[in-house]
Amino acid sequence: MDLIEAFFKIVIVIGALITGAAVMVFLERKISAYIQNRIGPNRVGPRGWLQPIVDVVKLVMKEDIVPKSANRFIHDLAPILSISIALCTFAVIPFGNTIELFGRTVKLMIADVNIGMLYILALTSVGVYGITLAGWSSNSKYSLLGGLRSSAQLISYELSMGLSIIGVIMVAGTLRLDQVVVHQTRYLWGWLPAWNIFLQPVGFITFMVASFAETNRLPFDLPEAEPELVGGYHTEYSGMKFGLFFLSEYANMITSSALITTLFLGGWSIPFAENLALSPLTMSLLQVGSFVVKVFVVLMFYIVVRWTIPRFRYDQLMNLGWKVMLPLAIANILLTGGLLLALN
Amino acid sequence: MLRNYLPIIMMMAVAALFGVVMGKINEFIGPKRPSEEKQSTYESGMEPIRTARERFSVKFYMVAMLFIVFDIEVVFLYPWAVSYKHLGVAGFATMFVFIAILLIGYFYVWKKGALEWD
Amino acid sequence: MTLESILFYILSAVAIASALLVVTRRSPVISALYLILNFFCLAGLYLTLHAQFIAVIQIIVYAGAIMVLFVFVIMLLNLGDERKLSEGMSYKKVIAVGLAAALLTELIYIIETSWIVLPASTVSQGTDIGTVEYIGLQLFTGYLFPFEVTSILLLVAIVGAIVLAKRKY
Repeated sequence: MDLIEAFFKIVIVIGALITGAAVMVFLERKISAYIQNRIGPNRVGPRGWLQPIVDVVKLVMKEDIVPKSANRFIHDLAPILSISIALCTFAVIPFGNTIELFGRTVKLMIADVNIGMLYILALTSVGVYGITLAGWSSNSKYSLLGGLRSSAQLISYELSMGLSIIGVIMVAGTLRLDQVVVHQTRYLWGWLPAWNIFLQPVGFITFMVASFAETNRLPFDLPEAEPELVGGYHTEYSGMKFGLFFLSEYANMITSSALITTLFLGGWSIPFAENLALSPLTMSLLQVGSFVVKVFVVLMFYIVVRWTIPRFRYDQLMNLGWKVMLPLAIANILLTGGLLLALN
Repeated sequence: MLRNYLPIIMMMAVAALFGVVMGKINEFIGPKRPSEEKQSTYESGMEPIRTARERFSVKFYMVAMLFIVFDIEVVFLYPWAVSYKHLGVAGFATMFVFIAILLIGYFYVWKKGALEWD
Repeated sequence: MTLESILFYILSAVAIASALLVVTRRSPVISALYLILNFFCLAGLYLTLHAQFIAVIQIIVYAGAIMVLFVFVIMLLNLGDERKLSEGMSYKKVIAVGLAAALLTELIYIIETSWIVLPASTVSQGTDIGTVEYIGLQLFTGYLFPFEVTSILLLVAIVGAIVLAKRKY
């Protein structure tokens, strides 16, 4: 019975991630158009809203072109790895508290495990392979350079990402993401929600920057810097295999926004909502809504940053990762440790 | 305990299934008109010169090695952070020494110019 | 059969198969990929032993860090045509096969004759033994010295990496 319930949650979450990713692609095109004083896609459906569906149909109908000198097996495997890892990461993120459905209390997260945060970091660390292998297997100079640059970037920022989470773990004293959210439902001085963004401002900034780098978004999109590397690691990909890389980039974006929300922005909690005396069902639905709204706000931030900030040079990127982010994150840990000792 | 992990395994299966179906779909419903030109690797419209799999800068290798060392450091921090509130001052001192020793290494790397990307 | 034993048989079968593929595949990149699959199976096996922290560390450190270096090195060296690397019958192979056979006989002998009698489950059956909390408390109270020495080991590793990669300094 539990497994059937889990299966439904899995299907809903994966469906939501894929749909969300498709909608994000459309929104990104639309918002970038407005930022650059253009109109953007507006022909398919009302105001162009059916564009994502047409895009997918187009990609599916394409010919699958694999270069003769490429390694066929790995060329096929790389996008599959990318998308599977991108979709699986969401498993431990709570997208709501609990909900009463058909007389059962359903916990709104797929897997309630002891090591939630480490699971996400483990999958992030394995996520390097999709891009590296895509770059290597294509046997194209642009792809290889893109793949290499990307893997060096990903592993560098993974360190800062891991280190900036430590502060949150110290404050919450657990690796369970649902507990982290519960921990954030308290109030500081009776009026300020105890969100980790207020408790861990430095950790929030380093984590945010690291997630931008981990999702290959501007200003860190060196792996696919068009002026130098054509398409980067997916230069030699076409059809839905290319689409999968695209989809996993956006799915990763959604997951990391959800992670930022959960770790720093109070997750599904709504401050002061417990004073409203709502029925449990309304409350549960509102909490899911609050989670979605927060994730959406972070996603909009991602998009706006992409279209307003120029790209780093590669040496600047590595310098930032190793010489600024790393010491900053370590200093944050020691500072948090000292403060926690002083407060207790 | 193990039951809690079953949904993760299920999710991996569903995600992998989606990936395989989507990754292979073009082979089944897309057109197949291969040609010599189409299947050559892209090199700005020129004939590809030699293979792409040349040797590349030792820098990348360097970054990967440093990453392993610092990643292991981070791994030690997780159990420490989780039980930090129970460890108290002693816990703080322990980790301070640990991080201090590794910072020596970090500044050594910095001084040696291994973090310089030129 | 319990859930543990079902998972154990599946995971160990995949682990053995992938380990065999690691040594039999010709392309080093593909071998590396099977090694990663092997690490995932090991992580699963740790999970069946309730060692959650070790399981996830297995993936973070081995599959996510060390194997990245392996893949880099394979690409860096660019072995080119792998067929040139395969040696014919050399004395090394003969010795290796001999040693492997000896090890196998020893293992079978030990298992068959119950030469070593394992104490019946001295480890407590508590499910919390492998949790991060438990490991944290143990590591930073009882095993403090080994932990601090680890940092010196890591320091040596850092220096070693620099010496290897930056010869000219």
